[in-house]
Amino acid sequence: MISTLKKLLKFMLDSIRDLAPIVLVILFFQLAIIQQPLPNVGQLLTGVVFVILGLTFFIHGLEQGLFPIGESMAHAFARKGSVFWLLVFAFALGFGTTIAEPALIAIAAEAAQVAASGNMIEATEAAKASYASGLRFTVAFSVGFAIVLGVFRILKGWPIQYLIIGGYILVVIMTMFAPVEIIGIAYDSGGVTTSTITVPLVTALGVGLASSIEGRNPMIDGFGLIALASLTPMIFVMGYGMVML
Amino acid sequence: MSFMDMLVQIWQTLLTTITDVLPIAAILFGFQFAIIRKPIPNLARVLAGFVWVLVGLSFFLIGLEWALFPLGKLMAQQLTDPVFISGTAQAVDAAQAAINLDWKDYIWVYIFAFLIGFSTTIAEPSLIAVAIKANDVSGGSIGIWGLRIAVALGVAIGISLGCYRIVVGDPIHWYIMVGYVIVVIQTVFAPKLIIPLAYDSGGVTTSTVTVPLVAALGLGLAETVPGRSPLIDGFGLIAFASLFPIMSVMAYAQLSEWMSKRSKANVEAE
Repeated sequence: MISTLKKLLKFMLDSIRDLAPIVLVILFFQLAIIQQPLPNVGQLLTGVVFVILGLTFFIHGLEQGLFPIGESMAHAFARKGSVFWLLVFAFALGFGTTIAEPALIAIAAEAAQVAASGNMIEATEAAKASYASGLRFTVAFSVGFAIVLGVFRILKGWPIQYLIIGGYILVVIMTMFAPVEIIGIAYDSGGVTTSTITVPLVTALGVGLASSIEGRNPMIDGFGLIALASLTPMIFVMGYGMVML
Repeated sequence: MSFMDMLVQIWQTLLTTITDVLPIAAILFGFQFAIIRKPIPNLARVLAGFVWVLVGLSFFLIGLEWALFPLGKLMAQQLTDPVFISGTAQAVDAAQAAINLDWKDYIWVYIFAFLIGFSTTIAEPSLIAVAIKANDVSGGSIGIWGLRIAVALGVAIGISLGCYRIVVGDPIHWYIMVGYVIVVIQTVFAPKLIIPLAYDSGGVTTSTVTVPLVAALGLGLAETVPGRSPLIDGFGLIAFASLFPIMSVMAYAQLSEWMSKRSKANVEAE
């Protein structure tokens, strides 16, 4: 109990230090450049306290829950030796964590707006909703595919750079043929897919797999899953734009 | 906002976070029980960890909603306001002011983009997670702070360049393609150990804290600058924020390798 409290206190000091730059930047601009009084000071201060507590608890939970379970599952799959179930798990993890991602839901709705205002789809609510959910499924599928590919790469020990550079070339080629309106959204969708809970889990899975397979280096083979998960959505979303528009 | 409103909001955010985490927990425990069929080591601790993550993430999001987002978005609007940018004295009206602006007049926007990109990345929880793991796996040779600062610098440069692009109106794909070419060249020369981590750091930078603030900045700029459409030009800042950390992390590794070689050479020379 005492040691948990001590740890929490240490995490809290870390969180305060992590958040200090944002507070400084905002204060500086507010007071020196924009020169307007801060609105709602009471609510602002409460918010800052919540952010500090939240970051503290999150990091604590990360080390207690997310990291251990990600690694223990990776070790268990490696011992079990069933490549099929490992890949099914990889797909489910990628697809399942992305489909409910709030940032993705927001960007899909905006993309439907863009498509409707460009007269690429009908400007009705139903057409926009079906376009947006099509986009969400496309992105979620592409992330599932990326994690499967990434896990397969760890098993085989392929160097990540060939996959990534190959992906880049594909992105460049598709950019030339994709409708202009989809390009910005496609590029951004690569960034929004990796949420705060997915990243630690997927990282723990990759590192755990690489450290329990003979001949794999966790540094070289363990990382790279997230890179693939942020690359494939660009390709798939541009493909979606080319097929749908 | 009254105390009751705050409680209601906390409860709602907690519910949303639970619905976000539920599918992930279902997948994890489903596979654990159906396929692996072994008890989870330290089950109680892991479950407690999930509760900490849930509560922590909810508090974090609530705090952002109360403190950072309203202020950050307000500031993005104020800084991109043409009347502010041109200096209130000579501006007759907003539209008139915007037309006469040169890209250099947006200097405070670039500085704000740089600083807010840097500081939000330092606070990004998923980057902290990856930095802890990388430090662990590399046996301490990759410092938690070295990685975080390298990534944050990359995001800062990326976002300010992205703002410049919105102001001058260049097509985004030229920037991205040049960026890819630089990444490929760096990949050839960078130490092999850092490459996968550098690629990963592109994806971790843009989650909870950075995206909403950066999106507000891009949208505000695209609305202000004449001839830009918020729907088309407002996008793309996130892509910059995920490309530049790849370069900065590889540069950081190259720099630290070069410095350790030089100091070794110095020691041998003496």
